[in-house]
Amino acid sequence: MARAFRPCILTANDLIDGEVVYLAPDGAWTRRPVDARLFEDEGEANRSLAAAEAQEDAIVGPYLAAAAPGGHLGPEPVHIREVLRATGPSNYCHGKQAGS
Amino acid sequence: MYRYDSFDREFVRSRVAQFRQQVERRIDGSLTEEEFKPLRLMNGLYLQLHAYMLRVAIPYGTLDSRQMRQLAHIAERWDKGYGHFTTRQNIQFNWPRLKDVPDILDALADVEMHAIQTSGNCVRNITADHFAGAAADEIADPRPTAELLRQWSTDHPEFAFLPRKFKIAVSGSPVDRAVTRAHDIGLRMIRNGVGETGYEVSIGGGLGRTPVIGSVVRDFLPVADLLPYVESILQVYNAIGRRDNIYKARIKITVREHGIDAFRERVEQRFRIQHKAFTSAHQALLKRISAMFAAPAFIEAPTGAFDAALARDPVFRSFVDTNLHPHRNPQYAIVTISLKAHGATPGDATAEQMRVIADLAERYGHDEIRISHEQNCILPHVHKRDVPAVHAALREADLATSNVGLASDIIACPGMDYCNLATARSIPIAQDIATRMKERGDERQVGDLKIKISGCINACGHHHVGHIGILGLDRAGVENYQITLGGDGTETAALGERVGPGFAADDVVPAVERLIDTYLVLRSDEDEAFLATYRRVGMQPFKAALYPDTVLAAGR
Amino acid sequence: MGRGNSGILVRDTGFRDDDWRGEFVQWSGEEDHSALPDLAALDVENTASAEDIVPLFERIALIRIAFPSHMDGRGFSLARHLRLLGYRGRLRAAGHILADQYTMARRSGFDEVEIDPDFAERQSEEQWLFRADWRTHDYQERLGRRQ
Repeated sequence: MARAFRPCILTANDLIDGEVVYLAPDGAWTRRPVDARLFEDEGEANRSLAAAEAQEDAIVGPYLAAAAPGGHLGPEPVHIREVLRATGPSNYCHGKQAGS
Repeated sequence: MYRYDSFDREFVRSRVAQFRQQVERRIDGSLTEEEFKPLRLMNGLYLQLHAYMLRVAIPYGTLDSRQMRQLAHIAERWDKGYGHFTTRQNIQFNWPRLKDVPDILDALADVEMHAIQTSGNCVRNITADHFAGAAADEIADPRPTAELLRQWSTDHPEFAFLPRKFKIAVSGSPVDRAVTRAHDIGLRMIRNGVGETGYEVSIGGGLGRTPVIGSVVRDFLPVADLLPYVESILQVYNAIGRRDNIYKARIKITVREHGIDAFRERVEQRFRIQHKAFTSAHQALLKRISAMFAAPAFIEAPTGAFDAALARDPVFRSFVDTNLHPHRNPQYAIVTISLKAHGATPGDATAEQMRVIADLAERYGHDEIRISHEQNCILPHVHKRDVPAVHAALREADLATSNVGLASDIIACPGMDYCNLATARSIPIAQDIATRMKERGDERQVGDLKIKISGCINACGHHHVGHIGILGLDRAGVENYQITLGGDGTETAALGERVGPGFAADDVVPAVERLIDTYLVLRSDEDEAFLATYRRVGMQPFKAALYPDTVLAAGR
Repeated sequence: MGRGNSGILVRDTGFRDDDWRGEFVQWSGEEDHSALPDLAALDVENTASAEDIVPLFERIALIRIAFPSHMDGRGFSLARHLRLLGYRGRLRAAGHILADQYTMARRSGFDEVEIDPDFAERQSEEQWLFRADWRTHDYQERLGRRQ
C-alpha cells in the first residue's frame, strides 16, 4: 500500500552558504520554517519539488519534509531531524537559537 | 616531522586553484550538483544538516604549533570559533560558506596542510598511532610509511572513483593504538625471523553496518614492496568491488564474497606485474622522509621538579595518573590533553584552546602535537621537569581534565546535531554520561572504560569497539539507543555484542550506570578492568542489570 | 557492432573531430575473433578482463573503453592494466567523463577522451585545457610508478 500523504514543507540548503532554506508561499526561499508554505495537496507538493530541483543555481538537495500546521506562527517540522535543522545543533547556541 | 618540498607546495596550490575554478563552474552552472559533488568531496567539502562542513586532514595525526595556530585562525575568520577533531585524525569546520572554501584551502596551504581526499570514494587520510615516534613500546615509527602512502594515494589516477571510500591505518608498535584491524588495509610493522622490518597486511576490516575484523592477506611484506602491493590490492578491489549496492561496496564485503584466499590469489597475480611497474624511486623517497622524522634533540636535565609536584599536589598526581604515558626516553613523558571536559562536546576545541596547545608545544614539546583517533590532543615529547608547568597552563585554559581512558573520555561522532547521515544525536548523550560520571565522583575507581557513541550505523564513533558501545537509531521518528558490550579496538580486537532492545534517550545514562555498578560488584579486585570482567563473567549479569523484568520473566 | 563515432575527441591540444574512420567492433570476451579485420577498433566495457585481450594486441589499432558514469573508476584501472600488459595502440576513454578527470585518464594510459557534443557544450574546451597539463604535479611519477 502506498504511504498516505502527510502535510509537508519543501526544504533545501542554500548553494552559497549552505544554510537551511524553505520554500515560501511567494516562491522565494526563506530561512524560517514558520514562513514556509505548507503543502496539503500531494500533487502540488510534487510539482513544486520538481520545480525546485531545477533551481540548481540557488539551492542544493530539495526534498519534502513532514510538517504540522503549527499555531498562528506557521508550519512546524515534525521529525527530530527537521526540528534540529530548524533550530540548530543542541550543543551550542549558534545564532539561530539565540534569535528565536 | 615531514616538511613540504617545492613539489608538495606546488601540488597543493594547484589543487586549490582547481577547486577555486570548480566552485566557480558550479556557481555559473557549467557543473551540475551531481557532477560537482564528487569534486567537492575530494576536497573535503560536505553539505551537512545546517551548512557546509570542511574536513581537513591532519596526516597521521601530526602537526606543529604553526599549523595549530592556523587552524585557530581559520576557526575564527571563516567559522564560529571552534573546530571538531574526529576519530580519523581530521579536524572539521562546521560552518564555512562555499565561496570562502578556496580561501580556507589557501590558508591551509600556507602551513602545508590540505583537505584533499578527506571524503569521497578514494583513499582517505592515512591514520597512524598517535604516540608514533615517542612510545616506549614502538618497533619503528609508522609515520614515514604513512607519509609515503599519503603521497602515493594523493591524486592517484586509478583510485579517485573506487566503489567506496578506502581507509588505511599504520601501527609501528605491537600495541595497536591505530585500530588497524578495523581498516580497509591495516599495516602493522613487524620484524621477521632475520630481523628485517616489514608489514603484516590485513584487509577488509571495518565498522559500519557490517562490522568485520580484518583478515591477514600477507604475513610479512618487505618494506620495498609496499607500494606495488597496496596498489595491487586497490586494483583488484576497483575491478571486482560491488557498485550495485552502496551497503555492499566496501572491500570487506568483496573479501567476504570472494573469500580471503581467492582475493589473495588475485592480489598476488596483479603483484607479479605490479612490482615491475615501479622503479626504486619510492624507496629513495622513503629514506628522505624517514630522515625528516628523526627524533628531536632530547634535553638532558634533572626531573626533580616533576617528583616534587607529584609528592606535593594531588591534582597533579591524578593528571599524571591518567594523562601521561611512558616515553621511550625515561626523562620524558607523553602528555595527553583531554578534549573531553565533563559536559563539553567530545573532540571540540576553541580557537583559544588551540593557541594554548600550540604555545605549549612550542615552549615545552619540541613543537610537536598529535591528534588521536580518541579525539584528544597529545604533546608527544615533554621533558618531565616541564610537566608541572604544562599542567598549570592547561588548568588555566580549562584543558587539564584528568580523565584519559576513563568513562568520561568518550568518543562521539557529531551525530544528528550536525551530520546528514545521522539517525540520532550522539553529543548530548556523551555530555550527559560525562556529567553524571563527574557527579558520581567514582570514575577513577571505575578505571579503564571506553565508551564510544555513534549516531548512526556508519559507526564513525567506533561503537563496535567500545567496551560499552552506544548506537543511536531512529525508531519511527524517535531517537533510540542500542547498547553493545565487550568491544575492543586494540591488538586484542573484538566486536561488541548487542545486549538487547534499545533505550530512549533519557534512559541511556541510567543504563550505563547500571552497567558500571554491575561491574563494580562483579570485578575480582580493583585491578580487573571492565573489559576483563566482562570477558570473565560474560554478558548475562550485565543483561540482567539492564533488563531485570525480561530476565525474570524468562526465568519463570 | 559498437557505437558510431560522432563524438568530440579531447586531446592535450583541445577539442577535435574524431579522425577514426573505421568501424568499432564490440568486444564480448567470448566469441571467436578470428574474423576480426586487421587494425580494427574495439569497443570494450569497463568490466572486461585485460588478459583476455592480450592475444589481439597486435591486430587492433584502437581500444575504446566505456565510462558509463563519472563515478565509476574501473576504466582507469583497466587502461593501466592494458598498458602494463604491453598494449601500445591507441587507447580512448568514452562516455561520462568530467574535465576534472582528464588528468586521471591520461595518467592511466589513455591517449584521448571522447565526449558527446551536448556534453561538450556544458564542459567547454577551456575547462579541459585547464587540466591538459597532466604531467605536472604527478606524485605517482615521483614515486617511480612507470607510465
